[in-house]
Amino acid sequence: MEMIRLTIDKKTVEVKKGTTILDAAKSIGINIPTLCYLNMGDLNIENKPGGCRVCVVEVDGRRNLAPSCATECMPGMVVSTHSMRVLNARKTVVQLILSDHPFDCLVCAKSGNCELQDLAIKLGIRDVPYIGEQSTYREDTSPSIIRDVDKCIMCRRCEVMCNEVQTVGVLSAINRGFQSVVAPAFEMNLDHSVCTYCGQCVNVCPTGALTEVDHTNQLINDLADPDKVVVVQTAPAVRAALGEAFGMEPGTLVTGKLATVLRELGFDYVFDTDFAADLTIMEEGTELLGRLSQHLQGDPDVKLPILTSCCPAWVKFFEHNFPEMKDIPSTARSPQQMFGAIAKTYFADKINVDRKKLIVVSIMPCVAKKYECTRDEFKVDGNPDVDYSVSTRELAHLIKRANIDFVSLPDSDFDNPLGESTGAGVIFGVTGGVIEAAVRTAYEVHTGKALEKVDFKQLRGLEGIRSATVDFDGLPINIGIAHGLGNARKLLEDIKSGKSTYHAIEIMACPGGCIGGGGQPYIHGDTSILKARQKAIYAEDAGKTLRKSHENPYIIKLYEEFLGKPLSEKAHHLLHTHYFDRKKEVFIEE
Amino acid sequence: MSSIKIKLKEKDVAKIIEICDSFDNNPGDLINVLHKVQGEFGYLPAEVQEVVSNQLKVSLAKIYGVVTFYSFFTMIPRGKHPISICTGTACYVRGAEKVLDEFKKVLGIKVGESTADGKFSLTCLRCVGACGLAPVVQIGDKTYGRLAPDDVKRILDEYADN
Repeated sequence: MEMIRLTIDKKTVEVKKGTTILDAAKSIGINIPTLCYLNMGDLNIENKPGGCRVCVVEVDGRRNLAPSCATECMPGMVVSTHSMRVLNARKTVVQLILSDHPFDCLVCAKSGNCELQDLAIKLGIRDVPYIGEQSTYREDTSPSIIRDVDKCIMCRRCEVMCNEVQTVGVLSAINRGFQSVVAPAFEMNLDHSVCTYCGQCVNVCPTGALTEVDHTNQLINDLADPDKVVVVQTAPAVRAALGEAFGMEPGTLVTGKLATVLRELGFDYVFDTDFAADLTIMEEGTELLGRLSQHLQGDPDVKLPILTSCCPAWVKFFEHNFPEMKDIPSTARSPQQMFGAIAKTYFADKINVDRKKLIVVSIMPCVAKKYECTRDEFKVDGNPDVDYSVSTRELAHLIKRANIDFVSLPDSDFDNPLGESTGAGVIFGVTGGVIEAAVRTAYEVHTGKALEKVDFKQLRGLEGIRSATVDFDGLPINIGIAHGLGNARKLLEDIKSGKSTYHAIEIMACPGGCIGGGGQPYIHGDTSILKARQKAIYAEDAGKTLRKSHENPYIIKLYEEFLGKPLSEKAHHLLHTHYFDRKKEVFIEE
Repeated sequence: MSSIKIKLKEKDVAKIIEICDSFDNNPGDLINVLHKVQGEFGYLPAEVQEVVSNQLKVSLAKIYGVVTFYSFFTMIPRGKHPISICTGTACYVRGAEKVLDEFKKVLGIKVGESTADGKFSLTCLRCVGACGLAPVVQIGDKTYGRLAPDDVKRILDEYADN
């Protein structure tokens, strides 16, 4: 490896050939400010259009300032990252960006998490001397995501996410010059596009141009309504990330505090989506074993591999892009929807409350879940099984608004009967977790033997596509795992062309799985936070007495009292779904 | 941008596929493909872009981005009599802008649009090499020079019957 020696801010540094000035500076503790640049190395995600010019540095002998994110180090370079010329240029660049940016920071949804705001603070910008035309573009609201492109700074990060990482292809820069905006084709609204609502664009947007639809005011009203019984379910990935919003170390588990805070906020029943995750395994696992045994008996019509169906963004993705394969995914509803269906039947009956008075709210690391609960097939006479979904970020805001000192809260447990869960339910929050949970149960059901070692380390990790073979007592089961929709697309293409040899595939739309969901506290490109969350989820699993879904006593009870057995008629009615061909749904506005 | 909704005929779809095939459906040839397709249809309506998107496996948003970036591409059909107003330097300083404004006013359309009856469309171009005649306007193959806003009505009347 050829090494290069150069000087940055009078310090000598030696780096590999090909290193950018930005990275070389970082290696000696100099953090040059950036705006459009984004590097999520562990996930192979990089955006460096060199467009914003915030990261400019002065290089001796060069006429122009150089964008450090896109300029490679050369031998003998003498670089200054904070000369007068650099500081002035950087300030001017940000002032020019601000000259076409709304000044509603105090009331902006992104305030406090905005990278442009941070930069303005850091650079000591106290005025914007440039007055000129302001962009005005209509706001676009969908069930999950709001686009307010007046706040867009054209960093193109969302485009990289949407096109290169997720291969969804909804967002692109259109028009030219001052008229240029990032928009879907033909400037249609998101809800008319093939958007999956994965929310990864929201996660990487440095400003308030892309944000989630906020349901907290609706929630506050419902909690205050004495005629309503408000039930909450909280997804596994929330407990591994919520603490970050209160200054806790990434990877701090706050499960007990979470149950306590939800009770303090006034929810009547504090339940856990992990319970429904266990239920999902019962249904999906049984479906997997059913298809497997059909396959082993030589049935040529059996659809394999079976694909997981917990992730609403993934479901919408295949409905748009692979509708001809819509009979391959499991018919099992997602845990959020299973929970809603059980809460508004089994549980509503138990407490004798009409489903219209029972409000089911979910706390999710996700923004696609907001869309999922609006789908018509998850409603009974217009009444949704899950009334609405609130993201981890929204919950954090609400806790702060309610002046609750989250960090010093004592731990408590979830309520029963829908709050008990096993370690298998918890690991739904990370890539590979759903299939590991399914394997734990399917193994025991198929072989009739007790599984001694429940940790399937070969299924874990952050590689975009992973595969492993699990031995079901002599029967090798080939498992594929993909996270990120671009990786999912590759596996889907393989199935389409007949190349796939998997029996079961787990797919999560977001890089990292739900821990990296579109509704989680912002990580600002720091993937070490994802790793910490992943570790926390596996730690919670390891600490549980029960690690297999079918051992959850309340799941056993639910089947005994209400559902009968997995895939029963009642289970089919309440816990399974069907998919739609959305290929033609994209239409063009007049 | 608004778009005219059209239904493609089977032979139109086949033609677009043929053009895409001639570039081996290479996404890198998107601009060349669009160039040829526009040559065939005169413009690039949404439905045409959809076929190109399916063939080249380039997202519709990206294609629309390219179509709206380059002024050469248009999503609006050219009128029967396409009007091109030179706004090059010589024409500009001799009052092309005022002539353009008069065309816009009389026809009731903006630059890049066509009249509802499809008779006229309005575009600007840069220099037709007839600077001595500035300001210059072309309608179809015919060139008009030394125009003033007052001439616009009279010129358009020449096309009253066809």
